[in-house]
Amino acid sequence: MKKNNIIISSTCVPLPVENIDTDQIIPARFLKAITREGFGENLFRDWRFDAEDNLKKNFVLNNTKYKGEILIAGRNFGCGSSREHAAWALSDYGFKAVFSSFFADIFKNNALINHLLPVIVSEKFLQKLFRTIENDPKAKVAIDIEKQTIRIEKTGEEEKFPMDPYRKMCFLKGYDDVDYLLSLKSQVLTFEKARKNDYSIV
Amino acid sequence: MKKHPKTLFEKIWESHVVYSQPGFPNVLYVDAHLIHEVTSPQAFDGLRRRNISVFRKKRTWATADHNVPTKDQHLPIKELLSKVQVEKLTKNCKEFDIRLYGLGHPFQGIVHIIGPELGITKPGMTIVCGDSHTSTHGAFGSIAFGIGTSEVEQVLATQTILQQKPKTMKIEINGKLGKGVVSKDIILYIISKISTSGATGYFVEYAGSTIRGLSMEARMTICNMSIEMGSRGGMIAPDEITYQYMKGRKFAPKGNNWNTALQYWKTLPSDKGAKYDREITFKAEDIEPMVTYGTNPGMGVKITAKIPKESSFTSDRDRASFRQAISYMNLKPGAKMQDQKVDYVFLGSCTNSRIEDLRMVAEVVKGRKKVDNVEVFVIPGSKQVEMQARKEGLDKLFAQAGFELRGPGCSACLGMNEDKIPSGKYCISTSNRNFEGRQGPGARTFLASPLTAAASALTGRITDPRELL
Repeated sequence: MKKNNIIISSTCVPLPVENIDTDQIIPARFLKAITREGFGENLFRDWRFDAEDNLKKNFVLNNTKYKGEILIAGRNFGCGSSREHAAWALSDYGFKAVFSSFFADIFKNNALINHLLPVIVSEKFLQKLFRTIENDPKAKVAIDIEKQTIRIEKTGEEEKFPMDPYRKMCFLKGYDDVDYLLSLKSQVLTFEKARKNDYSIV
Repeated sequence: MKKHPKTLFEKIWESHVVYSQPGFPNVLYVDAHLIHEVTSPQAFDGLRRRNISVFRKKRTWATADHNVPTKDQHLPIKELLSKVQVEKLTKNCKEFDIRLYGLGHPFQGIVHIIGPELGITKPGMTIVCGDSHTSTHGAFGSIAFGIGTSEVEQVLATQTILQQKPKTMKIEINGKLGKGVVSKDIILYIISKISTSGATGYFVEYAGSTIRGLSMEARMTICNMSIEMGSRGGMIAPDEITYQYMKGRKFAPKGNNWNTALQYWKTLPSDKGAKYDREITFKAEDIEPMVTYGTNPGMGVKITAKIPKESSFTSDRDRASFRQAISYMNLKPGAKMQDQKVDYVFLGSCTNSRIEDLRMVAEVVKGRKKVDNVEVFVIPGSKQVEMQARKEGLDKLFAQAGFELRGPGCSACLGMNEDKIPSGKYCISTSNRNFEGRQGPGARTFLASPLTAAASALTGRITDPRELL
């Protein structure tokens, strides 16, 4: 997988809704593809389009005022189904990072594996970001992955975000989990040999 | 020296760590891997790209469930993309030499129904599947959780998975359940209390006298919905009820092997004094039949209650979520739950489609008839459940009530196959998610137990099953 820039700087798309589940991010009826590409077309499908496929004008992705590589969403983003297609859809649409004050576990993992950065921000900073973007849709936010900080560029207000050291390394160097696990083959064989109390296959 | 007391979760986790290094997630061995057509094709493509095979073929089982029709299963799948996806699974299983219980096979069914039914699911195991309801298998005292497609590829390639160790939570429920209150009500009650994100970051162990008194099938319903409060998995310590259920099943140990396995399984329950990061206790007597009014599984109330009003929420955030939910559902705040109209009844899904669930439905509808303006789907979780239901004559009993027993699959739980709820219609459903559009674009879902859903089919309104038992 390709290496990522240490710094992303972009305008943001605000979506101040809590508990956004992966069925909203990509409805099940669009999970029939057998490749990883093209899911962006149906990102937030039923919030973006009505039953006749007309754009819903009041949804933020259809508002030309807001554009950018960063999606800012309410608490508990990505709950529900484990579908990795949700992370694929967000990336395919053009997002590089999602900010929220809380992420569901499976989504967070899926996003990291796909190098879509889930940034956990404090509830206070999240509300500040929403206000900043509302007042100025052109306001840019910079993410420094190396330093693990996000900064509102025009005011310089900054917050640190947590990131697992392994995931950070994968992100910056473009490493892949399967390659890492394949490199541990001898450990796996040793584990299997030493194994006691395994009644899983008969 | 006295040993440090451990939880069920810790015992299993520790015995599966293949490799750990500071700052890195644990490398965990996976005992059983279940796959289905939706979340596996891109993982197999990954293997092809890397030019590698499946590392431990005997540890993966495949079935087709999400896309399959529940009518005329012997005919080709009508919807082209569904057909392609199911055929892709067949091709991949053939190419990579993986056991497949595909459409038409006597073991086919929803992946979380067939695992336990075939004895694949056992205590002390690690079990993963590219589906969030893998938590179901925890009912046997195993660590079972849903994964994404990239992780499916990790498991196929290496039989291991990279995982951060979660925190642990114990949820204890003690006491006797009232008449008409079943395990689905217990889990909807818990989620309504701790919210849809209340257990995120935790692995939950359910304990207490109420849990001990439940059958394996009832326990599976509870563990199944652990993910709906954010927990990747829920588990219940194995006991005699667990062993009785497993004995003689296809992939359960036999003869002497059974006896040694049994000895090991009996060491698994949490030690006395074992510590959890969080503990919560509920009383069974406080639980009544539950039903959801909103668009996440935490938005549930007692069936005798009223739909909440905006003023009953304390934070702006909760009020905003409530407004969006109530507007999508087109319900009146403060109205009685029991007055709400129902157009469809869905009896099925990995939460409630086992034989005991169908027997519960039968108990309510026996000798009664559904109202004309309600459509009812009864979808068994597997071919084996379907055959058992037919053997017990439940199909005829359902037919007399105007219910149709169809073939097995995920059906209207997720609006991915032919079974969908039309836009704007209300469906009382025994499934696990009431998200916007989950059962079809614009569909409105009330989650409830099989008893409550069946009772509602007889009146066309949300109905308290206790009036009919």
